[in-house]
Amino acid sequence: MPVMTASTIDLKITDNDRRIARYAAAAIALTVAEAALPSPLPGVKPGLANIVVLIVLMRHGWRDAAWVSLLRVLAGSLLVGQFLAPGFFLALAGALASLAVLAPAARLPRRWFGPVSASVLAAFAHIGGQLLLARLWLVPHDGVFLLAPVFGLSALVFGIVNGLITAKLLKENQA
Amino acid sequence: MKAWLALLRPGDWALVLIGALGVAISFPLLWAGGKAERAVVRLDGKVVAEFPLTAPRRFAVTGPLGETLIEIAPGRARVLSDPGPRQYCVQQGWLTRPSAIAICAPNHVSLSLSGKDASHDSLNY
Repeated sequence: MPVMTASTIDLKITDNDRRIARYAAAAIALTVAEAALPSPLPGVKPGLANIVVLIVLMRHGWRDAAWVSLLRVLAGSLLVGQFLAPGFFLALAGALASLAVLAPAARLPRRWFGPVSASVLAAFAHIGGQLLLARLWLVPHDGVFLLAPVFGLSALVFGIVNGLITAKLLKENQA
Repeated sequence: MKAWLALLRPGDWALVLIGALGVAISFPLLWAGGKAERAVVRLDGKVVAEFPLTAPRRFAVTGPLGETLIEIAPGRARVLSDPGPRQYCVQQGWLTRPSAIAICAPNHVSLSLSGKDASHDSLNY
């Protein structure tokens, strides 16, 4: 019989973990700040936290961006009191759809496609995922798609704006 | 402004353009709700006349109170006059959207518009 030895669970915190935590904190702060902004229509918001996700994507790759994005959804919803409410699942659906699109989008040639492309694609994927979940679960009627043009327009506008901010921040802080 | 635009790469422009085009197309596509193509006149629930909304014309239908006059014009139709006491169907004015209906209940007459694709029961995306 083997000798029982005391064991401790040792969580090694790497520099990568710390970096992800810092980025996620920034994204969460933007989420909370944005929750204070009035919105003309539920679902139409700038999505400023996505700027952080895009910066992480461009600097450190998709894996880290996914961590930041999902931590943002989780902690952000806890802070604004939406955890496990419909808003949380909509945010999660949007974030997962965006990440799914960003995986191939990050492989586009950088010479031709900058952060704006990634931002616009992610924004469209975001509303796409949310509309799909809303259709399947919250409003089981094709009427929800009547909102698609409005969401599409807001995704385009905020996608461009967020992408430009990301591009500027990346340019100004080139490591 | 110029400094901001310099951040856009050629592919970004193309993508933004495609996105804008897609959004622009989605508005009429999802919000049109079809075009009214035919006017259907009913008396006591039975169709007495059906006209395409192409050429202007007038049509009179006689109900229990008297004559209701329907006016058809390209793309729209209305109840021009009706012997009913409250004139609701006349005051409704021109009908332009498919499935719009003006009912002159006292005289048992109704005027409704139908679209081209009245046959479908659902849309899939």
